[in-house]
Amino acid sequence: MLLRIAATRRWAFPSAWVLCAIGLVLAGCSPEHYPQTSLKPLSDFAKIGDDIQTTTFWWALGVFVLVEGALVYAIFRFRGKPGDAEPKQIHGNTTVEIIWTAVPALILAAIAVPTVKGIFATAATPHGDVLTVEVIGHQWWWEFRYPDLHITTANELHVPVGQTVATKMGTIDVIHSFWAPRFAGKRDVFPNRETRLWFKADKAGEYSGQCAEFCGIQHGRMAFRIKAQTPQEFQAWVSHMQTLGAKPAAAAAAPTAAPTGSVSTASAGATVKPPQGQDPAYTTGEKLFTAKGCVGCHSLTAFNAPTGMIGPNLANVGARTYIAAGTLKNTDENLSRWIQNAQAIKQGVLMPNLGVKPDEARSLVAFLRAHQ
Amino acid sequence: MSDAHALHLETSTGLDSRKLAIWTFIGSECLFFATLISNYLVNKSRNLIPPYPHDVTLPGGKVVEGVIEIPLVTFGTALLLFSSLFIVLALAEAQRGNRKALLGWLAATIVCGLFFVGMQVYEFTHFVHKGLTLKVNLFGASFFTLTGFHGTHVTLGVIWLITLWIEAFRGRIPPAKSLNLEIAALYWHFVDVVWVVIFPVVYLIK
Amino acid sequence: MATTAIDQQRAHAAAGHGEKTGLWSWLTTVDHKRIGILYGATAFAFFLLGGIEALLLRIQLGTPNNTFLAPETYNQLFTMHGTTMIFLAIMPLSAMFFNFMIPLLIGARDVAFPRLNAFSYWAFLAGGLFLNSSFLFGAAPDQGWYGYANLTSRQFSPGMNVDFWLLGLQILGVASLAAAVNFFVTILNMRAPGMTLMRMPMFVWMSLITQVLLLLAFPVITVALILLMFDRFFGTHFFVPSGGGDPLLWQHLFWIFGHPEVYILILPAFGIISEVLPVFSRKPLFGYAAMVFSGAFIAFLGFGVWSHHMFTTGMGPIADTFFSLSTMLIAIPTGVKIFNWLGTIWGGSLQLRTPMYFALGFIAMFIIGGLSGVMHASPPADLQQNDTYFIVAHFHYVLFGGSIFGLTAGAYYWWPKMSGRMLDETLGKVHFWLMLIGFNLTFFPMHILGLNGMPRRVYTYPEGLGFETLNQLETVGAFILALSFAVFLVNIFKTGRGPRNAPADPWNGATLEWSIPSPPQEWNFAEVPTVRGRDPVWETKRERGGSLAEPARVSGAGIHLPNPSYWPLVAALGLAGMMTGVLLIQHLGPWGIMAGAAILFFGVYNWAFEPAG
Repeated sequence: MLLRIAATRRWAFPSAWVLCAIGLVLAGCSPEHYPQTSLKPLSDFAKIGDDIQTTTFWWALGVFVLVEGALVYAIFRFRGKPGDAEPKQIHGNTTVEIIWTAVPALILAAIAVPTVKGIFATAATPHGDVLTVEVIGHQWWWEFRYPDLHITTANELHVPVGQTVATKMGTIDVIHSFWAPRFAGKRDVFPNRETRLWFKADKAGEYSGQCAEFCGIQHGRMAFRIKAQTPQEFQAWVSHMQTLGAKPAAAAAAPTAAPTGSVSTASAGATVKPPQGQDPAYTTGEKLFTAKGCVGCHSLTAFNAPTGMIGPNLANVGARTYIAAGTLKNTDENLSRWIQNAQAIKQGVLMPNLGVKPDEARSLVAFLRAHQ
Repeated sequence: MSDAHALHLETSTGLDSRKLAIWTFIGSECLFFATLISNYLVNKSRNLIPPYPHDVTLPGGKVVEGVIEIPLVTFGTALLLFSSLFIVLALAEAQRGNRKALLGWLAATIVCGLFFVGMQVYEFTHFVHKGLTLKVNLFGASFFTLTGFHGTHVTLGVIWLITLWIEAFRGRIPPAKSLNLEIAALYWHFVDVVWVVIFPVVYLIK
Repeated sequence: MATTAIDQQRAHAAAGHGEKTGLWSWLTTVDHKRIGILYGATAFAFFLLGGIEALLLRIQLGTPNNTFLAPETYNQLFTMHGTTMIFLAIMPLSAMFFNFMIPLLIGARDVAFPRLNAFSYWAFLAGGLFLNSSFLFGAAPDQGWYGYANLTSRQFSPGMNVDFWLLGLQILGVASLAAAVNFFVTILNMRAPGMTLMRMPMFVWMSLITQVLLLLAFPVITVALILLMFDRFFGTHFFVPSGGGDPLLWQHLFWIFGHPEVYILILPAFGIISEVLPVFSRKPLFGYAAMVFSGAFIAFLGFGVWSHHMFTTGMGPIADTFFSLSTMLIAIPTGVKIFNWLGTIWGGSLQLRTPMYFALGFIAMFIIGGLSGVMHASPPADLQQNDTYFIVAHFHYVLFGGSIFGLTAGAYYWWPKMSGRMLDETLGKVHFWLMLIGFNLTFFPMHILGLNGMPRRVYTYPEGLGFETLNQLETVGAFILALSFAVFLVNIFKTGRGPRNAPADPWNGATLEWSIPSPPQEWNFAEVPTVRGRDPVWETKRERGGSLAEPARVSGAGIHLPNPSYWPLVAALGLAGMMTGVLLIQHLGPWGIMAGAAILFFGVYNWAFEPAG
């Protein structure tokens, strides 16, 4: 009797636990709790995969319940007792063996059909009104360039809601993987081939994403933000970015050809963002930015920015939510800590410690904060 | 390597365990060389900078001469093919118990093998003089890797055959022990067959 | 010295003592059972090491933004955890059973090549020590067990970390290939009279298929590692884009090996389960032929699915479709296996002893791993799942829930035969329950985390992404899992102090190993058995009406046994020396490699010319 109780508890417990856990999967995917979830897609592309995943999940759950149920049933039903005679010696049964080969094959066919459709749907080249973004992976941050709009930014990808964004992706060092779970599955980025991805965002808001291919010591700190904006907001952001950094001389040389896509180029050629009043910290910071060598790796120019910079573009760093690729909230204090001792915060990062003193850091923060 | 022979005179398949083992090993080696050959083909097609294996006509009409010299390698290939024949004859004589003929044919096999290795050393040196190295381009890297590993196999085979020749010279390969030679012969044939694949892939196909 | 050792041991054998003792007898042993024990002890030690590495990783991930481990340390530990568990724990634990059990199951007195067998073990040990010695230099591999190029290039990984990894794997690869040749020949050639292929125990069948996978998959990784070695040491550009090379080629080569490797890890466990379930159900294996063919079919398909690891690389819709469908196809033979196991227990008289607990736990857990596997066979879904904790959950359900549960079932099942002692049933069941609970607590939440956006191989995660609670739960689970193996160790030590109390046939076994004493004498079978069916010992018992008399320990006089030899050990040291020479090529030039090669040749030559016995 004791054996029987033990046996009952034995299987009831894990099964109940597993079922609970499945319940958690179903309930536990709310975007409030998991802002980076892949289970609440916000784009056409992500929905293709999500639909297939959901279909497969229900099939898998059905199979799971039936097979585990059969297992648990068999364990109770056929438990041996002392003195039992030898059970009937069965070596096989062709009919049932054919059935349990054929039925899974049919289930797989039911999964395979939408899968193949999904493969071709996601591999298709988007047509029409498409915004092209170049995504460039760096150890360990993301560069985003809008070739038709002539603007460059880092670690924050702005996209307009309702317009298809097509990425052309690569890396300057090792393989990374671009992953914005709410909008699309991953796509690896390579040093020697271009990969592509596309999606049309459904809903405005700020979302997160991060590198999904191990890429060295700071792979864990290679996140980015996606800011999905209404077309008007996006247009305003683009116009603003196009004013950033293009010095008069550069502006004269800037191409004036109208970009494709629904977003038009705003008047280019404005000067650097003016200092806020006559803040002396800003002026000191500006000098330090050159004197400390920051300028060697970071550009402050968003419009027609130079390519091949080692560090992230800082033209609008003051307005970003995070710094250091999602490592720190973009507060003055964090920015100051980062400037003084990046290695302590993100060990191995390519930004060296340049011996910036606290008061110098304050000036640099004031300077950078003005770059909105 | 005579464990199995001593322990189990009868096997389930009827095939001597050592013979089955060398066949198994050869099966595994096929994948080794298949991977190296695939690597060669992939990287040759990606190779963009000279030296090239074969003559290349540049857009301007200028011809860049390829490094490969087919006559020399054809000679080496013939040597290897003949060596396969010689080792068959050596084995036949070993089974017949004709020690002198065995020593002769085995020596011929070894000489062919040595000449092949010598040919490869000459070829490699020559290529290096022409500027083809492991580092210079993908063709060089994958060529030297593929043919180098084959050459290593030939060299090990030659060492094995020399060992057997000494054994035979001392009269230690009577007909009852001809299997010792047969196993080496299977390996030798395999190495030759691999070359029969490498030769057209590397030297003939442009 | 060799002569002395041989003479001494012959004297022992002649005196009727099978038992040889002392360190020297272990260093020179060619007895498959002793080599099996060496494999088992070494692999279990590495398993514990890999487990400790996992615990450190779990502590680090227990809280967000944790600084318990530096990022570099974390990367080294997750790389070594994977490499250790795959190459130094699961594969050699399987090898323990190949070694100890295959000759017993097929009615043989040893493997086909006893000294080659010893060489495999010593090379494995050398490879394992070589890899782990990197910790002493603070240069443990840190690029992931799959070592994706071009992160592994000299430019991006300048240290010795990757060198240790690639050279260590080469040593282990040679060990695996030597063992694979040996067991392939052993199974085909050394079967007792009457044991046709279709009468072989299922574990032997699955082992045979595993050897084929090893023979065909390992040469590919050997070449890939050679190419990487050339890139790192000799300036080639196979995987270096700046020189025209293609890092994607590495991924193809790696996974052409890597996917069959998955079946190398799981098929032996399939075999063990197929032995345990019939015995403890008192009923023959259901659908024997289907089990054989489904195993072979899985292995065959295993070579045609490698790119499903690479859906996110953007191979294009045709390749995606092919690899997606071939992957789904594997679910069919795998399903057949699960249903046949259910068919085996169905209608049986289940004896719920510890090995059976683990075998049933295996089925329950493996189903989950199999089903999540079908989920990422679909590329559009896999684009989200790949490289997240969902994948980590999946492969732990097949490799821990599958392989480790299966191997543990085998350990409890064959322990009496191997050690001559019964393990404690109560402690065994405590082990099972802790392991089942700890395992699910550790790995089930990973499904949820992965689908909700937590990528793999990150040394930490920020607050606010919702990952905190479940990660904490997983860390607790990992410690429960560790505790379960502590119970196992207690069981081993506790019963190890007791008497050798195991009868020859404690479980009413069906196969030949249960007809001989526990532990077996050195020659296994005093008289080579003749086999007339698939369950020979059951058949004999039925004929004789009930159980068999306890077999007597006999004098081995007149039974021919192979001589002990230390040359395999010398050869293995030479191999490790060669790889050390490559590692230190900057300092030693070619001389280190040549010294290693000389030792290797010396060992092999003396081995070839010494009398085998």
